[in-house]
Amino acid sequence: MPNYRIHKTEYIDETKRISFKYDGKTYFGYEGDTLASALLSNGIHLVGRSFKYHRPRGIVSCGAEEPNAICQIGSKKDVTEPNVRATELELYEGLEASSQNCWPNVKFDIGGINNFISPLIPAGFYYKTFMWPKSFWKKVYEPLIRLSAGLGKSPTEPDPDIYDHKYVHYDVLVIGGGVSGIIAAKMAAKNNLKTLLVDDKKILGGSTIYQNNESIKIDDKLSSEWLKNEIQEIKKLSNLTIKTRTSIAAYHGYNFLLAKENLTDHLPEEKKKNKIRQRLWKIRAKKVVIATGSIERPLVFNNNDRPGILLSNSINKYLDYYGVTCGENIILFTNNDSAYETSISLHKKGIKNIIVDLRKSASSELIKQAESLGIKIYFNHVVTNTFGYRKINSLEIMKLSEDGNTTVGNKIRLSCDCLGMSGGWTPMVHMHTQSGGKLDFRDEDQVFLPKENSEDQISVGSCNGDFDLENIIDKTVNKINKFLDIDNQDYQDTNIICSKENDKRNIWLLPNKIPLGKTKCFIDFQNDSTAKDIKLALKEGFRSIEHVKRYTTTGMATDQGKLSNMHALGIIADTAGVKMGTLGTTTFRPPFTPLTFGTLVGRNVGKFFEVVRKTSMHEWHVENNAEFENVGQWKRPWYYPKNGENMHDAVQRESKAARDSAGILDASTLGKIDIQGTDASEFLNRVYTNAWSKLAIGKCRYGLMLNEDGMVYDDGVTTRISENHYLMTTTTGGAANVLSKLEDYLQTEWPELDVYLTSVTDHYSTASICGPNSKKILNKLFPNLDLSDENFPHMSFKEDKLKNINCRIMRISFTGELSYEINIESKYGHSLWKMCIEAGKEFNLTPYGTETMHLLRAEKGFIIVGQDTDGTMTPSDLQMDWIVSKKKYDFIGKRSLYRSDTIREDRKQLVGLLTDDPKEILEEGAQIVSDVKSKPIDMLGHVTSSYFSPNLNKSIALAVVRSGKTMKGQKLIIPMENKNINVTVSDTIFLDKENKRLNA
Amino acid sequence: MFLINCPFCGERDQSEFSSGGEAHIVRPKQPTELSDDEWAEYLFMRKNIKGIQFERWNHVHGCRKWFNVVRDTSNDKILSVYKMGEKPPVNYK
Repeated sequence: MPNYRIHKTEYIDETKRISFKYDGKTYFGYEGDTLASALLSNGIHLVGRSFKYHRPRGIVSCGAEEPNAICQIGSKKDVTEPNVRATELELYEGLEASSQNCWPNVKFDIGGINNFISPLIPAGFYYKTFMWPKSFWKKVYEPLIRLSAGLGKSPTEPDPDIYDHKYVHYDVLVIGGGVSGIIAAKMAAKNNLKTLLVDDKKILGGSTIYQNNESIKIDDKLSSEWLKNEIQEIKKLSNLTIKTRTSIAAYHGYNFLLAKENLTDHLPEEKKKNKIRQRLWKIRAKKVVIATGSIERPLVFNNNDRPGILLSNSINKYLDYYGVTCGENIILFTNNDSAYETSISLHKKGIKNIIVDLRKSASSELIKQAESLGIKIYFNHVVTNTFGYRKINSLEIMKLSEDGNTTVGNKIRLSCDCLGMSGGWTPMVHMHTQSGGKLDFRDEDQVFLPKENSEDQISVGSCNGDFDLENIIDKTVNKINKFLDIDNQDYQDTNIICSKENDKRNIWLLPNKIPLGKTKCFIDFQNDSTAKDIKLALKEGFRSIEHVKRYTTTGMATDQGKLSNMHALGIIADTAGVKMGTLGTTTFRPPFTPLTFGTLVGRNVGKFFEVVRKTSMHEWHVENNAEFENVGQWKRPWYYPKNGENMHDAVQRESKAARDSAGILDASTLGKIDIQGTDASEFLNRVYTNAWSKLAIGKCRYGLMLNEDGMVYDDGVTTRISENHYLMTTTTGGAANVLSKLEDYLQTEWPELDVYLTSVTDHYSTASICGPNSKKILNKLFPNLDLSDENFPHMSFKEDKLKNINCRIMRISFTGELSYEINIESKYGHSLWKMCIEAGKEFNLTPYGTETMHLLRAEKGFIIVGQDTDGTMTPSDLQMDWIVSKKKYDFIGKRSLYRSDTIREDRKQLVGLLTDDPKEILEEGAQIVSDVKSKPIDMLGHVTSSYFSPNLNKSIALAVVRSGKTMKGQKLIIPMENKNINVTVSDTIFLDKENKRLNA
Repeated sequence: MFLINCPFCGERDQSEFSSGGEAHIVRPKQPTELSDDEWAEYLFMRKNIKGIQFERWNHVHGCRKWFNVVRDTSNDKILSVYKMGEKPPVNYK
């Protein structure tokens, strides 16, 4: 097996050998390696296939910007992670990784055929091709496209790992532990500011930590040696917290940031167990220092995507940090000085290399150093093509014309096994822009820079466009002193020597003799978009960068265009003949690198996923086999199946029992608001549509609450407990909103009213007993209470004791039956319920759930706000004009009831529907029409509630229908998928119009 | 995510609050006297300013109090916070 690890470094522990599997084959690496460095040390460059053309692709970078080396980790059903960047994944014993987006394997991939038919797959191919016939989209095109789309595989079983969230507050947060971040953190912490320094790598130091060029020195030491000292020093600072393996995912307003800390991803399998895998830090910082550095740009030329073509600086890091060379015969292709550092480093380790430089000449210290070492440099040359299928084996270069627009002279073919490219540097302005910061454009080296506009945030170092070490340190120190309003002198006498770059030449799309249409100049490696695609988009009329991006999918892959966005912009600017700075950029959205769902969710999984509210009777419902329905956060019994009944049968039985003898419902979830104060009556007058002043003490009244726009908002029964004391009930789902709305009016519109509101929903449990035998059951429970209609009529309230515990009893009904609601302090709710059940045994007292409740009230024509109403129904639309007071001067929503729109007679109005076939049950939500032949069919309304009534032995439904009020007796049609159902408009009340049962 | 300085509780995370739209819209004392257009003006018409905006916020998961906020919508900075019934600060107009 080849070994490309050619020298020892302090970051690789050669005493700790690690075995890992890649694509099923076992390899070895060492502690300190990433998966990428370990693969390269084994001579493996080919790690994947490109998304569209399935071209072989290799490792390009050494960090978060990696577009190609993304892999699937693990293969278990519950633990497997797609789209992991091999350049960021630390190697551990037992790691199993595989390449993505290739079939049957990375070396031989069937999809590779796409490469040869690529002229047939231009930008917008999918938009253009799958347009017709229209009917093909759903059944043919979409399933096929889905089959070949997507990256990697998701786990199919729940994630067993533990994730955590943590909230922290700091005076200063420093993002990035490179040279400028370390200086900033030290200055802040030494000035007694509580400081947090985060870095996504395993160790601090950024790219300076492995810098070893003699021409770059600080205080007469190699810059890496100087920085190591600094790191030792800051580790001693007591008010500095350092978090490595921690990356900022999002930077929100008010200096609120999310960071992901990796805790166990680098550990072998057995050490991961029972430990927190990742932690999401929710950081509030008074001040934020962004020191995120910059990433090297690729160059855009023909076939710039072959395995073995890397960023030049990454070759340097693999060599000096990991001890691995990416080849034995390397060519570096550059437009700036940084590739010379790589070249000199390679040369020192005995790796043969030559340089192809776009610039006509250059004269900095680094270039002189390279020249003196005898490194061959081709100035004013451009790479025009590369060769080699699974790995680069040679390339062609040509001389550039004076203006750089074309090539001249003869091709020179050079052999190589690796190509390093350097198109300059792009400051990582992601954090700055995510927080709302704007950018400036610097023409000189074509970079976007943070435009400082906040007192709470600053960018330093190369993310601020300062690229040489002297500039970085001097500016960082000055800016931090000013930003934190301190006077730190630590770096006053620091002596920095570094090479200064004097010459620049930037060409976004490099010239070629071959017409553009026949080249493959990749811009976005992961999404396979080329310079040709960008130009085509422009030709087809796209102008905005946001449109070009979406049309060509440039920058839309999992790397979010870290390597490609600048080139796309540059080529658009060049082609359209505008200045690049005027184009703007696409939006930098969080997260900076992908986050796992586990990290986002934290501990809120399983039973902690959502708050669940249970009534005090809940255990009884569970023991008695109830099926539950979620109503808001509440778990409400839906129905109680007996002996294997299905829902329909259970509901029919429960409904019948409630009307024939007695039924009991857990009504504890209804919202309850305690209203007290000398103006309580006046307050109710203003919030409900009907009048309240004359309600006697001990009486109950049904009220309808509107929004100011006149639409029904909530309803419920309110009881007058004493002169200045009411108890309001609301719908289960509306309780919190009603309270909020009432508080709003009290605090902002009517502060003069003496009224206090308290939510008491959780304080009381409620058992509602209904049916002709309910009075007998009540009598058993409360033998001393006079239940006669004279003493305790419908819509009234009494207090009594049950085994010495106070109860509030309301005689109110939502079913149309004689009915009592017993309220008791919640801690006694379970006992109350059991006593009711016991007392009701001889009367076949049947517990019923929400479904039966809905059926019973529908028989009686009572509405459910939110089911029969949808925020567009007035009381009049509901045929409830009787509840709107004509006398009251004002109440919430009154004025809206006679707006031109609300008095229209052709509004949708609530009606009853009876099916011609009494056994036919309508579907809720079904559309209603009067004529199925006319086209387009005129929709008149829809079904809102529908049930089979066991008490009437027929199907009943409520519906909203245009001008429904005037349509009683009229025939309508419900068109369904395979038949039309004939219905007749009826009254909304189906049972006991005379209210005889209420007083039975 | 804003930090909002509730005038009753102090600085708290935005997740404790709910926004209640434009501030200083007074409910007409005599709605019945208003024309449809005048009522619609109160009911529906709201400003949507890029710049300094007066808003109502409710500390719904805290003290439940409503209060007013002056916010610059161009950078989301909260410039001032004051109780219901208090006059808006004159320096933001």
